[in-house]
Amino acid sequence: MSIDLETARKVANLARIKVDEDRLPAMAESFNTILGFIEELNEVDIEGVEPMVSVMPMRLKRRKDVVTDGGYPEKIMANAPDAREGFFAVPKVVE
Amino acid sequence: MADLNKLTISEARDRMRAGDITSVDLTRDCLSAIEGSGALNAFVHNTPDIALAQAEAADARIKAGDAPAMCGIPLGIKDLFCTKGVASQAGSAILEGFKPEYESTISQSLWDSGAVMLGKLNMDEFAMGSSNETSTYGDVVNPWRRTGDDAALTPGGSSGGSASAVAADLCLGATGTDTGGSIRQPAAFTGITGIKPTYGRCSRWGVIGFASSLDQAGPMTKSVRDAAIMLEVMCGHDEKDSTSVDLAVPDFEAMITNDIRGQKIGIPVEYRMDGISDEIAKLWDDGTAMLKDAGAEIVEISLPHFKYALPAYYVIAPAEASSNLARYDGVRYGHRAKLEAGEGIDEMYMRTRAEGFGYNVQRRLMIGTYVLSAGFYDAYYNRARRVRTLIKKDFEDAFATGVHAILTPATPSAAFGLGDMTDADPVQMFLNDVFTVTVNLAGLPAVSVPAGLDKQGLPLGLQLIGRPWEEGELLNLAHVIEDRTGFVAKPEKWW
Repeated sequence: MSIDLETARKVANLARIKVDEDRLPAMAESFNTILGFIEELNEVDIEGVEPMVSVMPMRLKRRKDVVTDGGYPEKIMANAPDAREGFFAVPKVVE
Repeated sequence: MADLNKLTISEARDRMRAGDITSVDLTRDCLSAIEGSGALNAFVHNTPDIALAQAEAADARIKAGDAPAMCGIPLGIKDLFCTKGVASQAGSAILEGFKPEYESTISQSLWDSGAVMLGKLNMDEFAMGSSNETSTYGDVVNPWRRTGDDAALTPGGSSGGSASAVAADLCLGATGTDTGGSIRQPAAFTGITGIKPTYGRCSRWGVIGFASSLDQAGPMTKSVRDAAIMLEVMCGHDEKDSTSVDLAVPDFEAMITNDIRGQKIGIPVEYRMDGISDEIAKLWDDGTAMLKDAGAEIVEISLPHFKYALPAYYVIAPAEASSNLARYDGVRYGHRAKLEAGEGIDEMYMRTRAEGFGYNVQRRLMIGTYVLSAGFYDAYYNRARRVRTLIKKDFEDAFATGVHAILTPATPSAAFGLGDMTDADPVQMFLNDVFTVTVNLAGLPAVSVPAGLDKQGLPLGLQLIGRPWEEGELLNLAHVIEDRTGFVAKPEKWW
């Protein structure tokens, strides 16, 4: 399988990373090198093998579904690039 | 100057307890070593005020007779760990200016036991890399050089700052993290010890995530004994990480007895691959002979899916990273791109991530996005997860025959030059992790221990891979190798 410019453009868009048109060909080429390497996996017989979900077999612990933390909006906002009146501010989303 | 920064953790602990030295003196020597180490670019955010305050508190605890093993020990912390009020950027421009309002569970455990924070350590951006050439802070330089050659070498990656700092005696130990070999490869390249514990041993809470099903933190130290002392404090159940295991943490140091009689050590035939140098092959044979001489039984084993580990890793790790790193969107923390008139929220996301992430991270995130996208999920991601099941089963089959641990080289070569791989295709760089990455996929513990120097005077490491939760047994085996090789070489100071 090989990635053409249109696919590379689409993937960049899905990943929400702006890639300039003039960088796309090099990007696509390097994807293809990596994907060529990944395709070695096609040699493996995986018939009847379950995909791994958890690497160490253990039961997840259960806990009460209650609030145990919080109540400090100023700390939550402290690192925000743009915070106003207790809210994160972003460019207008809905017209 | 007494050069106290050159002590190991165990030596410093014993001398502080004996009242022979203080943590403040020890910390001052480390701080002045750090000041003179700019050429290595290992420490990137220094915290001398925090360090001296913690050292004074540690001295008071030691005086009062309340001194856990790590009390008063000055450490470096990888930039991937969130430390309250201190820059924590994962080596990335996208987290420029980020100062967490909280402390990672592991670093908190270290401070609770009295350890001292000297500062934050350089690393590959978001822990993705094997040469520490992708950091927003610039390359880290290995304190080791080839004999008669002053070319700058890589300390390995991603925990390259941690490795360089420990090898150059800037600190007594450092935290590292390991997703595909990021503790063990840099440890091998710099002649120090590094252990990646079993998945679930250490809490991942507050450690900036890369590939959550593979990431584990661990110590990087000057000796195997030090690794045992520091690992014990880093381990333990944490309610805030549902994948951390609720198992008692043994006294790892007490398990170092040098008695390995009757232990069965597996030598995987597939690891003897084309392209490993004669020197690495000899190092491996010598290590095998040492364990045998110490009373271990050596058996050949087979890990038939070995060669598929790297390709599986390069599906699973980018896939998880593309999900984990989706949070960097310029809204809640970190960098936000300046917008032109008329640009909306989509442009904000796309420009923020293009400006904030380096090329290598961008490429991995796009690979991850691709293998998870509609139509390819089964062909790539699910297939890789199935191969991962088979890789883990290879190890289970070997352990089921009575094998206690597995001995391999840590890396296929010694440290290479900074810039040497710039024009190589990305797969060449991936090969650095060929011996280490299987272990992350199988969730097992593994330690890298220095075992000798190559012809050019550079350190080489051996790797021991253990059964789940058997870090103590593993450290005991590593100690036998440390003892028998008598590795004491240090880089000659040029910086």
